[in-house]
Amino acid sequence: MQKEPILKLENIVKVFPGVKALDGVQLDVYPGEVHALCGENGAGKSTLMKIIAGAQGYTSGKMYMDGKEVVFHSTKEAEKMGIAMIYQEFNMVSELSVAENMYLGRLPKKTSGLVDWKKLYENADSVLKRLGLKFGSKTKVKDLSVAESQMTEIAKCLTIGAKVIIMDEPTAALTGEEIKILFGIIEELKKQQIAILYISHRMDEIFKISDRLTVFRDGKYIASKMISQTDYDDVVSMMVGRNVDQLYPERNYVPKEVIFEVKNMVCKGVNNVSLQLHKGEILGISGLMGSGSIELSKAIYGAIPKKSGQILIHGNEKDCSSPKKALASGIGFVSDDRKQEGLVLIRSIRENIAMSSLKKYTKIVCLDKKLENQRMDEEVKKLNIKMSSPAQLVGKLSGGNQQKVVFAKVLESNPEILILDEPTRGVDVGAKAEIYSIMNELSKEGKSIILISTDLPEVIGMSDRVLIMREGRMVCEVHREEMNQETILAYASGGVKENE
Amino acid sequence: MNKKKIINQINVYRSAMILLIICIVATILSPNFLSMTNLFNVSKQVTVAGIVGCGMTFVILTGGIDLSVGSILGLSGVLAAGILNSTGNVFFAIVTAIGIGLLCGIVNGFWVAQCEIPPFIATLGMMTLLRGCVLVYTKGSPISIKADAYKYIGKGAIFGIPVPVIILLVLYIIAHIILTKTAYGRSVYAFGGNREAARLSGISTKKTEWLVYVINGLMCGIAAVILTARLGSAQSTTGEGIEMDAIAAVILGGTSLSGGVGFVLPTVVGAMIMGIIDNILTLMNVNPHATSIVKGAVILIAVLVDKKVKDLSAKAE
Repeated sequence: MQKEPILKLENIVKVFPGVKALDGVQLDVYPGEVHALCGENGAGKSTLMKIIAGAQGYTSGKMYMDGKEVVFHSTKEAEKMGIAMIYQEFNMVSELSVAENMYLGRLPKKTSGLVDWKKLYENADSVLKRLGLKFGSKTKVKDLSVAESQMTEIAKCLTIGAKVIIMDEPTAALTGEEIKILFGIIEELKKQQIAILYISHRMDEIFKISDRLTVFRDGKYIASKMISQTDYDDVVSMMVGRNVDQLYPERNYVPKEVIFEVKNMVCKGVNNVSLQLHKGEILGISGLMGSGSIELSKAIYGAIPKKSGQILIHGNEKDCSSPKKALASGIGFVSDDRKQEGLVLIRSIRENIAMSSLKKYTKIVCLDKKLENQRMDEEVKKLNIKMSSPAQLVGKLSGGNQQKVVFAKVLESNPEILILDEPTRGVDVGAKAEIYSIMNELSKEGKSIILISTDLPEVIGMSDRVLIMREGRMVCEVHREEMNQETILAYASGGVKENE
Repeated sequence: MNKKKIINQINVYRSAMILLIICIVATILSPNFLSMTNLFNVSKQVTVAGIVGCGMTFVILTGGIDLSVGSILGLSGVLAAGILNSTGNVFFAIVTAIGIGLLCGIVNGFWVAQCEIPPFIATLGMMTLLRGCVLVYTKGSPISIKADAYKYIGKGAIFGIPVPVIILLVLYIIAHIILTKTAYGRSVYAFGGNREAARLSGISTKKTEWLVYVINGLMCGIAAVILTARLGSAQSTTGEGIEMDAIAAVILGGTSLSGGVGFVLPTVVGAMIMGIIDNILTLMNVNPHATSIVKGAVILIAVLVDKKVKDLSAKAE
């Protein structure tokens, strides 16, 4: 890598009122490399990304493109210089075609001023082909899968002649197969000398795809290293500033009585699934994306309608046809999408935590604010939620703290059974470890947990038993001693014949 | 930090500050403005829009809208007047007005919460339908009210305070308690902020949404009694256009149209802002046809200022 850096940042400082978000940060990115940015939530990664993409200004420091100093006042200016960003939430017009989205605002025109549709589709198709994508440019974006719309975003970056593409958690919503395709495309982009800034919480991906990485902590630059010269433990200890000796708590669960049963559950995406959960157990349910595990959990909680199936708690059948009823039966639920389904971002932490327990707090007609505050203080302390005040809006918290608020809300309703859908998605390592230890504590208190996750190390690290789903059916049960990523993946992807 | 605090303070009291500025301007423009008679006059005129705005705040907090309030008010008013004239019983008349308001609210809630029709469309349909009912019932001619006991609700005073103003204050206090101190109030905010999260938190979202329209209908029924009692008659046009005054009051009170954020008390301030503008223009003998121009302009300017202040406070964070 003897080339000149395409993008170079020197001593970037960004001060928000009262907080120094970035403190003298540096970064060089070379053409044709995948450069991963690592750091816990709040380390300053996203602020830095926004500055590079022109979405936010900075207080002091210098930024160079191709050796020339640049200052961006808007994302448009950054795009003109060849910097494009792919956000976690895609910015696409779903009713328009792929081609129109790729050239939005820059549609090719004929001399008459009308859109040159033929040229538009030809150009778009050639870019899609260059990336090896199988869908045509006339497809409407709403008919694309999540992965395909992401690919379209990448294709769009190529059409604006991007030299640096920023990808923020690109694999968060992708299945294993789709991730492979994405990585293939990234390899393709590398060959075309495009630099990629890659942000992900998934360490294994970073080690698989990137060439170099830079670690940030608390708004400060820590180090840049070649991937070949570092390893997982090294990166994590740089990120948290100490050694994380153990992410997963020690578990030695002794099976107790069955507390919860699902019999012959049928709903959209789930075909006749039964399961048993023991008191104090953490039961993992895993599978590839689209295996039906998320649907199963939502149907148990009454969040989506079920066609048939029984739910038994302590051997008694319960009506869990709505979240309200499921909650009343002692089932708590943490959704995989905390922003859309877990929290009211524009309301305070206090209100969010109380949301599932309003009845409990009501004295005659009014809420007992004293009791509410007292309970809230306890939850905040127990879960170590970092905040400026209980009246702070949940939307202003980091991902990990938001997730802890969801946990606090669910725990306040005092459920016996907890269903956790992807509880650590988009959460940094530090908060992950905390969530795992909370889960461990809860199970010791006698609460039973169903952990639904596609993150295999997590499933293996936390579960006492794992059920594997594929195409809406339960394919097998794996016990603690035979758990490893290969076995689970093989069953989940259908590589092994069912043996039950 | 200090700047942030100041901006936050402005944020909390912004509608009160707009009101204060308008009062000062009004006093300068017309010395009659501050006289007791005039102030009571204004507050009496404000009560109807204020009470309807109170119910509208609930609806808007859920992210909905109710365009049918004027027609509900009209129907409640004419039926109450009709019952009053045929039975002579004031109590029956009041119960009729409030009952009709409740019933219309229940029907609105049915369309919106149960049938999941967008509130704008559902209440637009109801607005036309109910106004049609009013026209059929009155055949276009006004119904005058003779009973003095009924008129007392609109014109009387206790310890010098007009009865409508007392009713308004009581309703606002109850509404404020419901929104800030009860489980139901919390569910209204949660629903407006994120409906799906509210549902998954075990809140009965259908009931929550339905009930805001019922509350709003109830408020319209009460407002109908006050309006017809004050005017001494009910007409086929009674309540027309009140929806805009009520919505404007809610918005001037700083409640977000997208739901989930806002309070009910500033709505009455918003209603007073509208009322005072009306009043000062009358005192200054401005062409009544031109008052709409000023009112519209004030709403636009107030919302623009509001947006700027919000942007500033967002930046300060």
